[in-house]
Amino acid sequence: MTDRILVNITVNGMVYERWIEPRLHLGDFLREELGLKGTHLGCEHGVCGACTVVVDDEIVRSCLTLAVQADGAMVETIEGKSESGAIRDLQDAFLERNALQCGFCTAGLLLTADALLQAEPEADRARIREHISGNYCRCTGYHAVVDAIETVGERRRAGARGAQP
Amino acid sequence: MKAPPFAYRRVDSVAAAAALLREHGDEARLIAGGQTLLATLGMRLSEPSLLIDIRGITEMQGIAVADGHLRIGALARHVDVERSALVARHLPLLSLAAPHIAHAAIRNRGTFGGSIAFADPAAEWPACTVAADGALTLSDGTRSRTVAATDFFLGLYQTALRPDELITAVQFPLPGPQRRFAFTELARRHGDYATVGVALAGDVTDGRLDNPRIVYFGIGGTPVRARAAEAALAGGRAEPAALDRAVAELGGELAPAGDLYAAAATKLHLAGVLLRRGIQSLMAEDVQS
Repeated sequence: MTDRILVNITVNGMVYERWIEPRLHLGDFLREELGLKGTHLGCEHGVCGACTVVVDDEIVRSCLTLAVQADGAMVETIEGKSESGAIRDLQDAFLERNALQCGFCTAGLLLTADALLQAEPEADRARIREHISGNYCRCTGYHAVVDAIETVGERRRAGARGAQP
Repeated sequence: MKAPPFAYRRVDSVAAAAALLREHGDEARLIAGGQTLLATLGMRLSEPSLLIDIRGITEMQGIAVADGHLRIGALARHVDVERSALVARHLPLLSLAAPHIAHAAIRNRGTFGGSIAFADPAAEWPACTVAADGALTLSDGTRSRTVAATDFFLGLYQTALRPDELITAVQFPLPGPQRRFAFTELARRHGDYATVGVALAGDVTDGRLDNPRIVYFGIGGTPVRARAAEAALAGGRAEPAALDRAVAELGGELAPAGDLYAAAATKLHLAGVLLRRGIQSLMAEDVQS
C-alpha cells in the first residue's frame, strides 16, 4: 500500500480537499470520490474519449490524468458545464439532430465539441470530424454529431455578429 | 484498467529527478504528460513502485530560438509545438506533423520529450527529429551531453538514454531559406498511430532537389532513413523516372514488419505511395513560394 497524498482540486467551482492514492486517475476521482457520474469511463486507456473533462480550460482524457497531477487545477465536468448553461446550445442541437442514442459518449463529445467551437467557431465539417476523431460513438455513425456541431457553430457565429453594435 | 499502486514524487530539478532514478533504478519511471505511461500502467504492462513527476522542472520547458538553433524544451506539450509561431516560421515540418499526433485532448498533455524518450516506432516526433537533423540534450543532473537524433534511436523502444539521464531539450539547426519540408502518414483513424508515415526535407532551388532527407516511421523498430531513395532523388528534379527509381530503392532498404492492420508487403507498397505524395508536396511548395 502506498501513502496517500493530499490534493486540492477545484471541480465545477467547488474546492475539494482529499487524501488520495497516487494511482487514482482523475476520472475515478470525479466518479468515486465526488460522486460525479456524468464523466463516463469507456476504454480507460485513452482511446475512446468518453471520459473527456476540462482541466485549466483545456480538454483532457480523465483516464490518462492522475488525480495527483490535477492538484491545484480547475476541473470542469459535464455537470458543471450543464448547470452553468455554457453548452445549452450544443445539448439542444444534439437532441434536435439525434446526435445521441445510448448517450454513453455524449458528455465527452459535448465537451470536445465545445472546445473546438470556442477556438474555431468557423470550423467546417472536415475540421469537426478531425477534431472529434478521438471520441468513439457506436450508435450514431457520427453524421448527426457533425450536423449538430456544425449547426451550433453557425448559430454561435450569427450570435456573435448579432451582438456587435 | 486500474494502475497498480505506486508512490509519487514531484521534483523541480534535473538533478533531483536523476538522483531518484539512481536510488530506485528500474523501479522508478518519469512521468510528464503520462499519455503513454498511464495507459501502459492501466494495462499492467509494467509495475513501477515510484513515479517521478518532472513537469515542474523549469529548465526543460519552453520553445525558443537562439544561436542559430530552435530549442524545444522536453516538457513542451504537443499542443505547444502545434501552436508555436516560432516553430511554424523556422521548422514547419513540426507544424505539419503535430495535428497527426493522437487527438486534441491528448496533445494538451503529452510532451515532445516524452514521445522521443519513449521512442515508439510509429510515433511522429522521433522521425521528424531525425529528418530535421535534431540533436538531443541529455543530462544526469551533473553532466550533460548532446546526441544526434540519428544516433539516439537504437532499436525497438531502445534509445541512447542512460538509466539516470533525462532528455532536457531538443535542438534543431535553423534551416536555410531553400529548405522545404513535407509530412504525410496513413492511419486507420485520424490521430491513431501511423500504419506508415514519412517526414521529408530537402533544399529546393529552381525545381532541383538537393540534400533530401526521407525518414519513415511505423515501418521498422526506429525511424528509418531511406538513404538509397534519397540518393536516387538528390540533385535531380524529381521527375517521374527518378521518382520510380527512388520508390524501387525502398524495396531494398525498408524491411517492414506486418502488424494487425497491414501486411509487410502492404506497408512497403504504402511507403512508395507516401514517397510520391511527399516529394510532390515538397516540390510543389517551391512553386507556391
